[in-house]
Amino acid sequence: MEAFLAQNVDGYYLRIMIFIGINIILALGLNLITGVTGQLSMGHAGFMSLGAYTSAILSVHFGTPFFLAIIAGALLAALFGFLIGIPTLRLDGDYLAMVTIGFAEIIRVFFLNFEPGGKAVGFSGIPQETTFTTVWIIVIVVIILNTKLFNSRVGRSLFAIRENEIAAEACGINTTRMKVLAFTVGSLLGGLGGGLYAHYMYYINPQDFGFMKSIEILNMVVLGGMGSIPGTIIGVIILTLAPEVLRVVAEYRLLVYGALLVILMIFRPNGLLGDVRIYDLKKRWGKKEVKI
Amino acid sequence: MFWEQLINGLTLGSTYALIALGYTMVYGIVQLINFAHGEIYMFGAFVGLFLVMAGMNIFIALLGAMIFCMLLGMLVERVAYRPLRGKSSRLSALISAIGVSIFLSTLMALYRGTNTTRYPEVLGSTTYNLGSIQISSLQIIILVVSGLLMVGLQVMIQKTRLGKAMRACSQDLEASSLMGINVNRVISATFAIGSALAAAGGLMVGIYYNAVWPYMGTMAGMKAFAAAVLGGIGSVPGAMIGGLCLGVMEIMGVAYLSSSYKDAIAFAILILVLFIRPQGLMGQKTSKKV
Repeated sequence: MEAFLAQNVDGYYLRIMIFIGINIILALGLNLITGVTGQLSMGHAGFMSLGAYTSAILSVHFGTPFFLAIIAGALLAALFGFLIGIPTLRLDGDYLAMVTIGFAEIIRVFFLNFEPGGKAVGFSGIPQETTFTTVWIIVIVVIILNTKLFNSRVGRSLFAIRENEIAAEACGINTTRMKVLAFTVGSLLGGLGGGLYAHYMYYINPQDFGFMKSIEILNMVVLGGMGSIPGTIIGVIILTLAPEVLRVVAEYRLLVYGALLVILMIFRPNGLLGDVRIYDLKKRWGKKEVKI
Repeated sequence: MFWEQLINGLTLGSTYALIALGYTMVYGIVQLINFAHGEIYMFGAFVGLFLVMAGMNIFIALLGAMIFCMLLGMLVERVAYRPLRGKSSRLSALISAIGVSIFLSTLMALYRGTNTTRYPEVLGSTTYNLGSIQISSLQIIILVVSGLLMVGLQVMIQKTRLGKAMRACSQDLEASSLMGINVNRVISATFAIGSALAAAGGLMVGIYYNAVWPYMGTMAGMKAFAAAVLGGIGSVPGAMIGGLCLGVMEIMGVAYLSSSYKDAIAFAILILVLFIRPQGLMGQKTSKKV
């Protein structure tokens, strides 16, 4: 498979496809926390870096096999997700956003000073084990498991928490457990994506996982349509391709990217595939609602 | 040693407080984390720099930067936030704010390059000795100017008609509009005032650290948001106290713990405080209603 791809597909496109796959895993993780459960997390890159560094150190220093290393990284990220999930019981909305930002920053500064991780120089010499096939097999498995989760009792509970936490609790949903669960599974996927990223790039640096990375993943989830799996995938594809397509405008790339985010949000405030239903379309044309 | 560090911390903290005020005021009224606020601060620093380079007096430059950012803040609100208001979730407004933030910092990077620009020598820095404590004239100016701005803001909010309208809007936007308050104008004014304060902060940080660069807004914006949350987001005195606390904690952390963990210390303390007081230092506990 790999040899066939390497011969027939341009390396540049293969690389983009692999990035799309990794980003889908990351974004689906965040989608579970923010899109489905409605808990604003702005530190997803922190979980990603935990997965990346753990797996990279395991493979380089301890010779752990690729899959074991990646799973270990994902599990460690999940453990931290669990720990971060606990304060969500007490904090809501933007206070939680601040805690997740702070957490990701602490992780970044920690790795900047972490001797085995190469400190600020970064960590290089990671074996390139992530291939197109492995990434996309994992992506498909993650999508299937996510769909199963969404349609289960647990998934419906998570959506209920997003819509109205108090009402959900009144319906007998253990909101505490569900929120921590969403955080744990979401960060597991973050760590998994991080591990795959590290084993594709040879080299990782704490700055790769800064605030802007978290924001980038959040953009993908919100742009595509919160809580929707196809929406998230489309968001990922658009925002991964955008910087490549925008290479035409060279140094104005980020300028256009920023403007694009604003324009898209003005014209599609609920994301590209966020509640697209015939009923809504009818309502939208039917009457103009006046709200403040 | 301790007292000097305290003064350093208060100087840094008062600039954080100036930026945090913009966050907290906007949040109090429209519940939006204005992520472009850090970039407004950066623009304030740069516009001040241009005016100083054009040979203007530092205080006139300060005024010029504040007026420029006032207009910029109102423009951003008009273009990127108002079309979204009321018809979308708060998260889409947040993404729009992030878009503005990327746009503005790239704009400045294209214009000035990504390198650090040094401020020209605008204020001779005399150092005064108060007993065993050293304090520079620059620090005195920063403390006095930010103190005056904060007092001015507080008077404005408590005594004027606009301030009253702002307080009303922060309680209930819809009811305020029914009482005949032009809500859009109040929101616009809130953005203008917050941006002007951020511009003052930017200019003073630029002079204090003798450096401005197009991406200076990201970290400062994050710290200021942390300060606003620490004080209890939505509360104006909270943002002032939160900013001062954060500045002092950061400087003390660097002085007595470790400088390589500078950026982590502030956040770690913030998280600890939020564990104990989830609503921030001055925030009011609101009960959730169905």
